[in-house]
Amino acid sequence: MSTNIADHVRSSLVRRGRWGIGEILFWLIAAATLYFLPERHLILNEIAIIGLFALSLDLILGYAGIVSLGHAAFFGLGAYTAGILARDGLADPLLGLGAAAIAAAILGFVTSFLVLRGSDLTKLMVTLGVALVLGEIANQASWLTGGADGLQGITMGPILGLFEFDIFGTTAYAYSLTVTFLLFIVARRIVVSPYGLSLRSIRDNPLKARAVGIPVNRRLVAVYTLAAAYAGVAGALLAQTTQFVSLDVLAFHRSADVMLVLVIGGVGYLYGGLIGAIVFKVLQDVISAWTPQYWQFWIGLILVIIVLAGRERLTERVRTLWKGVAGRTAKSPETLPKTSTREV
Amino acid sequence: MLTILFDGIAYGMLLFVLACGLAVTLGLMNFVNLAHGAFAMAGGYITAVLMNRMGVPFLATLPLAFIGPAILGLVLERTLYKRLYTRSHLDQVLFSIGLVFMAVAAIDYSFGSQQQLIQLPSWLQGRVDILGVQVGLYRSFIIVICGALVVALQLILTKTRFGSRLRAAVDDPRVARGLGINVSLIFATTFAFGSGLAGLGGALGAEILGLDPTFPLKFMIYFLIVVTVGGTTSITGPFLASLLLGIADVAGKYYVPSVGAFVIYTLMIVVLVLRPQGLFERAR
Repeated sequence: MSTNIADHVRSSLVRRGRWGIGEILFWLIAAATLYFLPERHLILNEIAIIGLFALSLDLILGYAGIVSLGHAAFFGLGAYTAGILARDGLADPLLGLGAAAIAAAILGFVTSFLVLRGSDLTKLMVTLGVALVLGEIANQASWLTGGADGLQGITMGPILGLFEFDIFGTTAYAYSLTVTFLLFIVARRIVVSPYGLSLRSIRDNPLKARAVGIPVNRRLVAVYTLAAAYAGVAGALLAQTTQFVSLDVLAFHRSADVMLVLVIGGVGYLYGGLIGAIVFKVLQDVISAWTPQYWQFWIGLILVIIVLAGRERLTERVRTLWKGVAGRTAKSPETLPKTSTREV
Repeated sequence: MLTILFDGIAYGMLLFVLACGLAVTLGLMNFVNLAHGAFAMAGGYITAVLMNRMGVPFLATLPLAFIGPAILGLVLERTLYKRLYTRSHLDQVLFSIGLVFMAVAAIDYSFGSQQQLIQLPSWLQGRVDILGVQVGLYRSFIIVICGALVVALQLILTKTRFGSRLRAAVDDPRVARGLGINVSLIFATTFAFGSGLAGLGGALGAEILGLDPTFPLKFMIYFLIVVTVGGTTSITGPFLASLLLGIADVAGKYYVPSVGAFVIYTLMIVVLVLRPQGLFERAR
């Protein structure tokens, strides 16, 4: 009997791990924009970065159920790490990415022990507090970070010693997209692994998960650290491609924005962050062209409407629609009890 | 030294009046309302606009600064907040952040992004010397008003029928409902009252805290600190927490300005980690 269940789980995971047509199409289109939308590369670059940032939030929020209002802490730390390295002469982009990922992962690992305790409210407050403390440090340590003036004088070397950054953002976009894609593949592999499955069970019911022998705290620490590293890389990408870092990367609105991005795209599946990033950026572009100063109002309104209309129902509907289009509904009997998309 | 203590107490009292509505919202319905600061801002702007554009005297604007946000709170509670009580915390957070964004942009649109200044009546300006301590008149005024409010709130909570119903609903809404207490009515009233208090606090604090469209975001963290550190089941917890916070903030800014708000955030994290249920509360 037990081997039977194990087989079921295994085959289900393998099925989940298969790449669908829609997914391949998504990335092909993303790659095609490199050639077909040359004048849009600056904004596309931002989309790729925000997408990666939202993806990292999705790892902890959508898959592990940890609410966070301070995810910008890791983003900002990554941005500052990469920026400071580049300013001080270590201009290799990949080195900066690695350093940013490590720095953010260390911070994530250390703070994860704080975040694991207490209720949702405590988690919100602690994550928010960590981001605020970091913002305060960056503000005060102006000898290192440039303080309120921002970090200036970043010059990046060519990627792998081959590709120079250009003013149209083409190299930058290709770079960000590649990094995002590679990290996406890793994340995708992780969430369809037994480890990813255990995270979801923790999200749905931590008590039960503990009872069946999942080391809840260790799993959560691991995923929090991983998500922090992802956010750090996203921050580093922003610093390297815009060659500027300001206190803005640690601001509260960045944590709120990334949450909004994820919610627009849908929480609990990896494309949520990416799709959300596209929708968010396009919306922001359109609204701020129309009313430059007050676009925040409309973003807020959208947020309120999404919540009132029922976040889950919206994404669920889109997803069933999508499955219908991809034509995969017919041959996927649910062997596992369907994990709902409800988080927290 | 004593002046700083005095200013800190005034600041803390102000924070308490601003935040106690949030304490009830969080404690009663377990609702994470990040938009609480928006009601405070509404109160502040009511006072500022009435005084600067219509020449209404300062004291006369205060009741309006209470009533306006209270009505606003009541309407929003009945129409929007009510639907979200049973939702997840994430939904509540998203919803209230959305409201904050809208409030910030709407105020920015209608009144501009500059700081709103209010001219205090002359009898509230200046400082007097009491027993060798420099005491600001306006701050004494705030302490008196807020002190009276604290006492009144404490009496309402502990001595009146409404208070005992409210406490019953806080402790266990289901049982309270079973006993025939109209929990949703109590909550609507309390929400409106809390919003009104926030508005009053915003009006009183316009001079000290500053008033501009980003007010809800700037002070959100302070309100949350008061509530999470103080706990949500009593009124004394948040009160002590806001006094502590007020004194620590004023003293910190005076003695070690380079450290800034750093100390407060760190303290908050430490308190939350060691005592997630709040500093003044017995563990349940």
